[in-house]
Amino acid sequence: MTKRLFLFLLLCTGLFAAITSAQADDAADYADNINRLPAASYSEKTEIVRKLALSEQSGAKAVLTAFLAGNLYSRSADSKVFIVAEVDRGYQLTDAISLQAAGSAPTDGFEKVVSNNSLRKALRNAIAQFDLNSGDVETRLAAVKEMTRSLDDDSAALLRERMTNEQSSKVRSLIATTLAIVDLDSSDAEKRLAAVDALKGNMSAEVYNRLTAMLQQGSDGNFAEPDERVRIAARNVLVGIERWRTTYGAGQTMFFGLSLGAVLVLSAIGLAITFGVMGVINMAHGELMMLGAYTTYVVQLLMPNHMGISILVAIPAAFIVSGLVGILIERGLVRFLYGRPLETLLATFGVSLLLQQVVRDLFTANNRPVVTPEWLAGSWQLNDAFAVTYNRLYVILFTALVFTALLLVLKRTTLGLNVRAVAQNRAMARAMGVRSEWVDAMTFGLGSGIAGIAGVALSQLTNVGPNLGQQYIVDSFMVVVFGGVGNLWGTLISGMSLGVINKLLEPYSGAVLAKIFVLIFLILFIQRRPRGLFPQKGRAAEG
Amino acid sequence: MSFNTLAEQSRLIQAIRDDRGGQVFLLILLAVGIVVPILNLAVADGSVMHLSGYTVTLLGKYLCYALLAVAVDLVWGYCGILSLGHAAFFALGGYAMGMYLMRQIGSRGVYGDPVLPDFMVFLNWKELPWFWYGFNMFWFAMLMMLIVPAVLAWLFGWFAFRSRVTGVYLSIITQALTYALMLAFFRNDMGFGGNNGFTDFKDLLGFDLHHATTRMVLFLCTVFMLGLAYVTCRYIVASRAGRVVQAVRDAESRARFIGYKVESYKVWLFTFSAVLASIAGALYVPQVGIINPSEFAPINSIEVVIWVAIGGRGTLYGAIVGAVLVNYAKTYFTGALPEFWLYALGALFILTTLFLPRGVVGLVTKRKDNTA
Repeated sequence: MTKRLFLFLLLCTGLFAAITSAQADDAADYADNINRLPAASYSEKTEIVRKLALSEQSGAKAVLTAFLAGNLYSRSADSKVFIVAEVDRGYQLTDAISLQAAGSAPTDGFEKVVSNNSLRKALRNAIAQFDLNSGDVETRLAAVKEMTRSLDDDSAALLRERMTNEQSSKVRSLIATTLAIVDLDSSDAEKRLAAVDALKGNMSAEVYNRLTAMLQQGSDGNFAEPDERVRIAARNVLVGIERWRTTYGAGQTMFFGLSLGAVLVLSAIGLAITFGVMGVINMAHGELMMLGAYTTYVVQLLMPNHMGISILVAIPAAFIVSGLVGILIERGLVRFLYGRPLETLLATFGVSLLLQQVVRDLFTANNRPVVTPEWLAGSWQLNDAFAVTYNRLYVILFTALVFTALLLVLKRTTLGLNVRAVAQNRAMARAMGVRSEWVDAMTFGLGSGIAGIAGVALSQLTNVGPNLGQQYIVDSFMVVVFGGVGNLWGTLISGMSLGVINKLLEPYSGAVLAKIFVLIFLILFIQRRPRGLFPQKGRAAEG
Repeated sequence: MSFNTLAEQSRLIQAIRDDRGGQVFLLILLAVGIVVPILNLAVADGSVMHLSGYTVTLLGKYLCYALLAVAVDLVWGYCGILSLGHAAFFALGGYAMGMYLMRQIGSRGVYGDPVLPDFMVFLNWKELPWFWYGFNMFWFAMLMMLIVPAVLAWLFGWFAFRSRVTGVYLSIITQALTYALMLAFFRNDMGFGGNNGFTDFKDLLGFDLHHATTRMVLFLCTVFMLGLAYVTCRYIVASRAGRVVQAVRDAESRARFIGYKVESYKVWLFTFSAVLASIAGALYVPQVGIINPSEFAPINSIEVVIWVAIGGRGTLYGAIVGAVLVNYAKTYFTGALPEFWLYALGALFILTTLFLPRGVVGLVTKRKDNTA
């Protein structure tokens, strides 16, 4: 009861202030309000904040911003209010009313004007009202979004006023949505109907939830929305929104699937060369990717001031590092074991253990922080149901680029010709003068180098640690085997389809089960087609 | 095993008689089976000759690994099937035993539920999942320990070998199998304790697992099973079927064209090997006292293969030598020089494949050949 009375009195004083409004009185009220702040209760403070926001005084925003940041203090001696900035062992004071500098003072003798959560909300809302009139479109957009979060009649009125002279169509449509949501609560059925119509095709989650709530039937059998026409309109709008959400959702899943597929292709494609073209099982492939990721880390350590281009430098660096290690493995180990694939598998597994331990000794067993350059971060948000994160997008593009480059190397260069010749018929190629030993080393180096490049991409997507390679090795083998050995296009298609299948299953089964299903599918698939999707035909298949 | 005819019996004796390495191994195993209990139980605690309970457990662990290695050698050394997923069968056996042991805890668990294991109470489950029924009975758990891996291996083998999936393709899909199982067992919803697995066992058939005598009996069971498995495997590889299996290893197409049903030989050998691995797992769990999904990790299966390769594949006793040697080295190095262990293991992989194609055992027999 007392609270009601208090509110009523407040309302009266407000009315009174409005009637006798005059410029001088305004300024006096403003100063008075600020002076009342420190001693006021939280609900009074909220009211004062609202008034400050509505007063057209130039200093109001600065005061409110300082209040939100916790920089508003009152002096115990005379309870004057100051905006303070902490300097060493004291405060730099600014008078809150006149915004004049007021010298500095030691910290004791000042008391902070405290706020709580709901007050901070009111503060943010009030500050947003100032931003609403900013010249910058982005600031205005952010302000509208902020006000939407805690909407009341005052801010709705402000938005309505802004609507009349807003130039930017983006801001206008956002305000229109917000106002329509407000109107959904209106007691006038016509207004609600208009609001529902205005929300047609809107993809935001808030709209969806509100409209769904309107159609909910209470326990007494009454709908939340009493008017039948409004319900029908809302249902129609919802059906439309749901259709779009499904479409966008499918697009989003597809995009996630493609980006996962791109990662799989990228990690498998190097393997496809060593395993597919040379018939060598390289279990250290994952560790070559890990080396690529660590190379990125080292490159970033070496050029801390050029993070933006560090990735571009890391790509060739990783190619060289992993490629050289690969050539070392081939010359020192694999060449003694040609024709004994199972032994190669074991020996290269030994190499992978060695490389892991080397990295552990050099960089410790902890994950290393790799910075994501600004141009790789961020996302493009079409609406609540569809967003494209740039790093995923870049991975898809990057994979396409690497794949094309590799295809060109194999089809258009002398090295590629030699590689294919040796893969098809080693003895004949040698007879024609191809140095098969050299070709083997180069092929292995090429495959390993691409593993290194994949590592650069992975460093942007996952943790860079000694176990990075192991997470991907089983997957990359699956991709190669599924696609068919010795066929780059097969690798591309199998990687992409495995990625998409995985992401399609995920909503129904969860990430881990989806992966298990994919593995079981692969095991069964191999039974049907032991040589993969695109088996090699002819003599090369006999080996 | 029963011997129906005198001929079969004599064939077994013949097989053992021809197997020099096997004789040595069986003698050593017999000696271990006699000496270890004496040193552990009869010799006083303070004596230098006393074997601690810890050492006995460690030895028991090595012998379980040795049994697993024999299983892998049987399919890899004699049939050319490089399975990178045998640890999956080992772990399945371990889980079957673990489920029995969990049910035996009863109301002595942290939450004191008479039926539900602790982790189920923790997950707020109200009743026992259907696949846990019967595991309170030892015979049922042991039956499952034999049947589940056998069925899995048989199905997997039947599909894979009938479609003529061979070589590295087979290796990779066995790896996929164990990887998929690992992911599955890591899930809490599966009802196998998620990533914590089972631990905190109390007793087996009413005997306290922490008691020295129980542990010794378990150790002796392992010794006995290893010996029995060895003799059985020796019998199999020396039999007619064993010869066919080796023919399949050396020239699969030729064996097929001669008229042997290559697939059935492979499937049955693979299934038998899986059962051996499972028995090893079931013996391993009560001695070590824990089983969790990391036993399914692909790297474990690969490690088993390397024990066999280092010991010498295709000899059976070589696998045992390799398993014990590598695991002893692992225990030693992870204690003394932890950073060094992966280097040592990696180097072992590389050096054995390059320079010791017949393993450590090959070194010894070769020297004999030279002196002879």
